[in-house]
Amino acid sequence: MLQLLTNANTLILATEEGGHAAEALSDGGLLASMAWLIPVVPMVAAFAIVFYGKRMPYKGWDIAIAVMGFEALYGTALLLAHIASPIAHDFQVEIARIGSMPIEWGWTVDGLSIMMYFLVGVVGFFVFLYAKGYMEGDIRFTWFFASFTLFAGGMLVLVSAPNMIQLIVGWELVGVSSWLLIGHYWEDHYASSSAIKAMLVNKAADVGLFVGAIIVSMSVGSFRFSDILHAVEGGAAEAPLLAQFAFWGGLALFIGAMGKSAQFPFHVWLPDAMAGPTPVSALMHAATMVTAGVYLVGRMFPLYLTDGFATEVRAVIIIIGGLTLFLTGLIALVQDDIKKVLAYSTLSQLGYMTAAMGAGAYTAGLFHLFTHAFFKALLFLGAGSVIHSVHSNNMSDMGGLRKTMPWTYRTFLVGSLALAGIPLFAGFFSKDEILASLNYAIGKFSTADGGSSVATIVLILAISGAFITAFYMARTVMLTFHGEYKGQAHPHESPKIMWVPLVGLAVPSAVIGFMNWPGLTSTFTDVVGGRAVRVLDHHATEFDYLMLSFGLTAAVAGGLIGMRIWGPDKETQAARDTFRIPLLYPLLENKYYIDDLYMDGVIRPIRGPVARAINWTNGYVIDFVVNGAGLLARSVGKVVYWFDQRGVDGAIHASGAVTGAGGGMLRLLQTGKVQQYAILIFAATVILVAGLVIWF
Amino acid sequence: MILGQFIILGAALFSLGVYGVLTRRNAVLVLLSVELMLAAVNINFVAFDTYARDVTAGGQIFSLFVIAVGAAEVGIGLAIVLLIFRNRESANVDELDLMKL
Repeated sequence: MLQLLTNANTLILATEEGGHAAEALSDGGLLASMAWLIPVVPMVAAFAIVFYGKRMPYKGWDIAIAVMGFEALYGTALLLAHIASPIAHDFQVEIARIGSMPIEWGWTVDGLSIMMYFLVGVVGFFVFLYAKGYMEGDIRFTWFFASFTLFAGGMLVLVSAPNMIQLIVGWELVGVSSWLLIGHYWEDHYASSSAIKAMLVNKAADVGLFVGAIIVSMSVGSFRFSDILHAVEGGAAEAPLLAQFAFWGGLALFIGAMGKSAQFPFHVWLPDAMAGPTPVSALMHAATMVTAGVYLVGRMFPLYLTDGFATEVRAVIIIIGGLTLFLTGLIALVQDDIKKVLAYSTLSQLGYMTAAMGAGAYTAGLFHLFTHAFFKALLFLGAGSVIHSVHSNNMSDMGGLRKTMPWTYRTFLVGSLALAGIPLFAGFFSKDEILASLNYAIGKFSTADGGSSVATIVLILAISGAFITAFYMARTVMLTFHGEYKGQAHPHESPKIMWVPLVGLAVPSAVIGFMNWPGLTSTFTDVVGGRAVRVLDHHATEFDYLMLSFGLTAAVAGGLIGMRIWGPDKETQAARDTFRIPLLYPLLENKYYIDDLYMDGVIRPIRGPVARAINWTNGYVIDFVVNGAGLLARSVGKVVYWFDQRGVDGAIHASGAVTGAGGGMLRLLQTGKVQQYAILIFAATVILVAGLVIWF
Repeated sequence: MILGQFIILGAALFSLGVYGVLTRRNAVLVLLSVELMLAAVNINFVAFDTYARDVTAGGQIFSLFVIAVGAAEVGIGLAIVLLIFRNRESANVDELDLMKL
């Protein structure tokens, strides 16, 4: 491991006491100190849309798009400022205290956060623009944009978090708003149960996040990332407690990351999350939600890479990543639903990111996250445009759409080429960097405990993954846009508000890879490296031609074979549509039976006894209490009734009767005869005067 | 100055007035009896004024006020009686029992 550190490229980052400063970090000035607006504006706007959205001219969409425009501009401004001079700004205020540990709220502006601000802002802006066209006429249009803004806002709270607590708050905000959005069409049973599934799978993994946050924060004595990472930077001797628990803390945090980033055993929720509207899938699979796990690993990266801390966890990370990228990629081959193909493709690409993180390639993992966000959002929006046009998710109802939907076709093709890793498109650079990093890592893992052979296997899986990716994307493009139209609807190009965002995303999907052209540019490395703590990683500074040739061969071969099999040939179209991969098909069709395993192995055995126990509790305990309370209330009521009838009413009736009798006697005096009154007056006067005379 | 005679005269006149007020049924005669009572009071005022040799002649001035007030009262009283008679074809005090509930 020490070898790895010394050989690793050192991302040059400065700390005040670190002494490794090669380049001074600035505090970012006004731009960074006002960055609290980034999470606050969408959170406020989400509520504003709920209360005022319906009165706005575009039913709340106008607020949402204004917010995302602001985020995109702010993110771009921060990114440009950061490229010009690296920013590391961190501000927190105490809002509560647990024992000696303050709970703080604040915002952080450094390379990693800025990259995410830019990503969420720009991708989010295009997706929101597109969503107006896609959601037109939806009965819960305003509510959709309120939840969608909350979703983006939750992600921004998460990435702006300078401490564990705020990260968890953002994490859960993303979770709850994803639940709202996946279940947007809740009248459909599949959508509502998918939303619950996503929530429950995420919750199960969140336990890992909580445990990890507690272990790591408690052993450092601070929730702040800066304190934790500085403790890591100080070395195991300086932080013995953290070093002791780092493995379990790091593992638990990674389990949390596996839930949000949908890694292998927790991946089941992501394909079902397709039940939500397509813009939601686009944003969820690109810039928000699934990137959160990779972001967390990136944020805590020194913990996993520094010798004496959680370095062993990296073996777990790389294995999970390798499994995810390969197994889920295979499932994508047999899906008929175009959104599900893309969903499994997302899982596969997340596997690449995770494997890269496990190999210690911080830059490569985040670079793939960055480029993937653009082209995956593009592909989802393109798929949404197709679905919008043919009113079906199934590729068996599509075909030949390149003639009727030229813009969708062109942009979808750009996205597919980028995803497949065809040279000069964005995905090529990021995927190649991952392969190079994996190759590099093989030598760095120890051979004694089999670490290097694990890394070799993961590298082989990754190269096969490149083949599979190109293969299923060729299949998707062929089945959707080539051949003859097979559906019943009348396909047409989507409205301008839908294809303009596609073009807007296609441009970065094509060119954004140039940010990290090995040996030529290293803009992205400098961006994500610009953090207040020193981040070590290893990444290629020039092309690794061996890996490049492997990856490229795999991708081109996959693409060509895919085009050959599903190519536009009228005679064999029927055979092609029913083509099934022999042997593997039942396994893949049933998604390796993992959903069935969870359902029959975990959920059903627990659900039955839990339901019976709850029924018993309800029938005997709760009903007993309720009935007892009812009986008691009845007998008390009887006593009160008697007292009310006899005691209170008796007193009132008696006083009434006395008053009535008195009045009856006195009214006899009131004859109305003036002279009688006069007699009384005179008599009284005489008596009084007589009394007076006698008295004196 | 024989005060006693004047007091006896005033008391007799007042008693006559009281008797008239209490026994007469005709409202006009009741008003007349009230005038007798006022006259008795005036006699007392003037008699005590003279007896006390009051230099300011307060009793005599006050009796002038009483006569003025009495005249006004008779004016109003007769007007009321007239209106009652017009409305009810009677000036009998017994029949005026509107104050009875």
